[in-house]
Amino acid sequence: MARKASRTAAGGLGLPDGLSGEDLLDLYGTMVLVRALDERVWAMNRQGKAAIVASCQGHEAAQLGSVWAMRAGAPAHFSFTYYRDLAVLTAEGLTPTESLLGFLAKDGEPLSGARQFPQHGAMPKRHVINLSNVVATHVPHAVGWALAAKMRGEPIAVAAFFGDGASSQGEVHEAMNFAAVQKLPVVFICENNGYAISVPQASQMAVKHVSTRAEGYGMPGVTVDGTDVREVFQAVSAASRRAAAGEGPTLVELLVERYLPHTSDDDDSVYRKRAEIEEARKRDPLAKLQALLLEAGLLTPQRDEQLRQRARDEVEAATDAAEAAPFPAPDDVFEHLFAPDAGQGGGR
Amino acid sequence: MSTITVIEAVREAMAEEMRRDERVFIFGEDVGRRGGVFLASKGFIDEFGPARVLDTPLAEASIAGVAVGAAMAGMRPIAEVQFADFVWPIVNQIIGEAARARYGTKSKVSVPLVVRSPYGGQVRGGLFHSQSVEAYFAHTPGLKVVAPATPYDVKGLLKAAIRDEDPVVFLEHKRTYRSVRGEVPDEDYVLPIGVADVKRPGTNASIITYGLTLHYALAAADKLAVEGVEVEVVDLRTLKPLDAETVLASVRKTSRALVVHEDNISLGVGAEVAALIAEHAFEALDAPVMRVAGPDIPAMPFAPTLEAAFMPTTEKIEAALRRLLTY
Amino acid sequence: MQTIINLPHVGESVTEGVIGKWLAAPGQRVRRYDPLVEVVTDKVSMEVPSPFTGVLTSLLVQEGDTVPMGQPICEMNVEGAPVAQAEAAAPAVPAPAPAAPAPQATVNAPAAPAALRTFEFLDSVRAVGPTGSGEGGQGRPDALQDAAQVASTPQPPAPAPVGAPAPVSAAGGPWLSPLVRNLVRLHGVDVGALTGTGMRGRITKADVERYLEQVRRTGGGGAPAQPIARTPQPVMDPAVESSRMQMTPLRRTIAEHMARASREIPAAWTLVEVDCTGLVAARAAHRQALESNGGSGTYLPFTAWCVAGALRAHPRLNARWEDEGITLIHRVHLGIAASTEGGLIVPVVHDADRLGILDLARAIRTVTDAARTGKLTLEQVRGGTFTLNNTGALGSVASVPIINHPQAGILTTEAMVKRPVVVAGDAIAVRPMMNLCLTFDHRICDGAEAAAFLQDVRQRIERLSAGTAL
Repeated sequence: MARKASRTAAGGLGLPDGLSGEDLLDLYGTMVLVRALDERVWAMNRQGKAAIVASCQGHEAAQLGSVWAMRAGAPAHFSFTYYRDLAVLTAEGLTPTESLLGFLAKDGEPLSGARQFPQHGAMPKRHVINLSNVVATHVPHAVGWALAAKMRGEPIAVAAFFGDGASSQGEVHEAMNFAAVQKLPVVFICENNGYAISVPQASQMAVKHVSTRAEGYGMPGVTVDGTDVREVFQAVSAASRRAAAGEGPTLVELLVERYLPHTSDDDDSVYRKRAEIEEARKRDPLAKLQALLLEAGLLTPQRDEQLRQRARDEVEAATDAAEAAPFPAPDDVFEHLFAPDAGQGGGR
Repeated sequence: MSTITVIEAVREAMAEEMRRDERVFIFGEDVGRRGGVFLASKGFIDEFGPARVLDTPLAEASIAGVAVGAAMAGMRPIAEVQFADFVWPIVNQIIGEAARARYGTKSKVSVPLVVRSPYGGQVRGGLFHSQSVEAYFAHTPGLKVVAPATPYDVKGLLKAAIRDEDPVVFLEHKRTYRSVRGEVPDEDYVLPIGVADVKRPGTNASIITYGLTLHYALAAADKLAVEGVEVEVVDLRTLKPLDAETVLASVRKTSRALVVHEDNISLGVGAEVAALIAEHAFEALDAPVMRVAGPDIPAMPFAPTLEAAFMPTTEKIEAALRRLLTY
Repeated sequence: MQTIINLPHVGESVTEGVIGKWLAAPGQRVRRYDPLVEVVTDKVSMEVPSPFTGVLTSLLVQEGDTVPMGQPICEMNVEGAPVAQAEAAAPAVPAPAPAAPAPQATVNAPAAPAALRTFEFLDSVRAVGPTGSGEGGQGRPDALQDAAQVASTPQPPAPAPVGAPAPVSAAGGPWLSPLVRNLVRLHGVDVGALTGTGMRGRITKADVERYLEQVRRTGGGGAPAQPIARTPQPVMDPAVESSRMQMTPLRRTIAEHMARASREIPAAWTLVEVDCTGLVAARAAHRQALESNGGSGTYLPFTAWCVAGALRAHPRLNARWEDEGITLIHRVHLGIAASTEGGLIVPVVHDADRLGILDLARAIRTVTDAARTGKLTLEQVRGGTFTLNNTGALGSVASVPIINHPQAGILTTEAMVKRPVVVAGDAIAVRPMMNLCLTFDHRICDGAEAAAFLQDVRQRIERLSAGTAL
């Protein structure tokens, strides 16, 4: 997909190739919406309405920058995500109403029909599969998807999003090794927030950066600031281009922050100091992007307030719609075990 | 009609499906130039090329996980796990992920994947090359588990498994590979998954079995036939979904049931078959359901005496039949 | 010593090999483990080492030959006493003796289905390693597995030692499998009449089928309608001239009643023949309903219904002779003769004339079950006014019953037998025919009255049909 050239007004922003000021403003609008939505579902959990929430606050720039970059770098892309990827799903087209149907486990939820935890399931037409919330099982799936594409000669880049905790899993090792051996079009995107639930990075790995492992697989590895959209875009779009060109996989490590506990069922106060989180808030990707856009004159305070109001309204309407929706009918429980015609053959 | 062995049936089924459907490919350790350690894909690399006969790193979790991803993307991988003893790393992907993909996405994605694996013992394989693993997979909704024992069944069911829209664990008893020969039609055919087969009709008792022990069961039934006793032998062929109708029809006819398998006796396929009979054919029973199966020890030992002690044989089945018939 | 060398079983489930190249020539001395011959199998190419040290005397197969594993390939003059060549020298294993003879099949399945099989299992094809790289000739597992039979798989429960009592149900009768219980109920079979041939005397399906077949051959149109119990046979011992049998209270009571009836009652006897076509149809139509409602599904409830109705119409047969005169009894309490292990018992269905067929079936079932299990109450044996006895169950076609004192009469239903009979239009038809025999107290009524009663019973039976209401 061809991207518009950078506006001259944005020339001082230090934007990477392929990312225009308009793109940045688009991305910002999505980030505002995702933050409003994320705050809403957390609140609804505390009201007893949403059973479980894994917040993406602090990861937004990494996720949105990656989606914009995957689009920019390859003619087609597909993403395998994990449980903290609300911004990826939203950027790929999951509406706030659809998200809230998931958080409230309501009928019509598009990924799994509310059979799974919120945000899990698949929306293949919107290029995302988030099959399960067993950590890292989806990383080999991304590699398999890329293998299929390669066998069919399709120019595609496949993104595998995962956390620093997942990087400890053996299946991530096997998947990276396989992708590198077969030179598959995969971008391994590690959203490193420093914690696997409560276990800090130093207890997960003896290396400073997950990306240093790339060398062991024979692929490039890079670590960038995941709270800066520009750096994220630069790294991921390069990897995406490389993948689509048939040059093989790349491991991109995005250093991010996790502002809330692991999930709504976690209490981070027993393993994290308030001061550490306050310090981390200084890197808030939303505030950083807002300041950047204001400073560059791409955004005015009035326009900013309009965007935020629109996001609040959208989340409000989505909440009403989701709360009004029914739960799935109980007899749905036996459906979709096998293909309806369990016979032989036939295409998909 | 030609007469082939079980391993040839596997080979023919895969080759024919690969010629028929270019989405089908073979994926596993040593499947390429070596043709698989049992030679299931012997010669394939020359006909289909290395892209469709893909040697993988020695890493079963990714063999399964990458195959799941490729299947979700619309391919039809046949993943070979070299020995069933090596399936434990794939459990996360096959039981955890593949079995739940359709259900967990309301059919937005599916996993048309076949995991083939040689299983079973009496090949001097010892603890780690003799295991029967079917019960673990057969317990999982969302998977189909097939374990045929004759060339005709192996070929027809493997072709059906490859054409199936959902994940199939296809278990081949390695002792049958070259020791069982049989006729297969020359023309293309598939057999339905989930349908058992009466391999020998009878009226006095039913043996319900599958895999290698089918052949021992038939031998035991043939021995008793000399004495005028006719034992029906039902070959389950598919373990999940289990063909309850055929099993129950047989037991309702004969009123006596012996369940035979090589897998450990407890909490396995035999237990499920016995429970089905107890639940649905109670009033047809003239004797308790009996079982002959591998003992509850971790696996088949290596020493020939110990291996023989483990193995359900014609003699053990015959002795159990006599107990059942004289109950 | 001249020894034949066989092609060893090498390779996982490989059946045969192609002889590649002989690596030793006849006349040449080879040492144990020296390469002897190249063999190419489906899976591997390999050099087979010599199992012995000696001089190769002759080649039995040529290069390029395909040889089944285990077959001779060459002869060697072995030095010293050869060790048994495991593959070839393994002795034939005698089959273990059968544990118990299998029972004869009652139904034959299609002959020799084995011949119809389109596949074969070559049991001799033995693996010596999981993928075929193992060493051959280290002993045949199948030769050893029989020796290891003792350490066998879990077995179904062993039969109880000889002489152990037959299994008994909680209710005290013999324990019946679900199937046998079903069959017994379905066919109205008395369990006491069955001989168990299963483990510890258990009654099997075959036992029931055998019994039903026997009844079909001897007993007319249906299963016995009434309990038949076999009185245990006393044992004859030639060593003693005679011995006194133990007198049971029941035997003594029976003796007293019979003697008194014989002594006091001037009994007369008569017989009629009944066409049972309608009876058979009625019972066939209603059996399931009767049984599923806890009733006896035999012919007895139908005949009892007819007898009770006829008694109501002919009260002189429902009377008692007393020195003061004849006492008419205004209620019909029908005695049903039941044979039990201990002897004859006549439990009573009270007010039988007021009951429909279904209620009679239930009542009969209740009292006969109680009689069989020895649980009759005093109330259930008291007050009978007339007795019905299904002697047909014993195969009898005519009997002269003795009146149950002080009643006025006793009626027997005899075995139903298909016979040619002349029907309307002088046509001959095969009909299920049954005799009804009546013994009556000539002090109370005369032959005409007795005959009228008996004709009434006959007509009632002949009027039965599938449409008869329960």
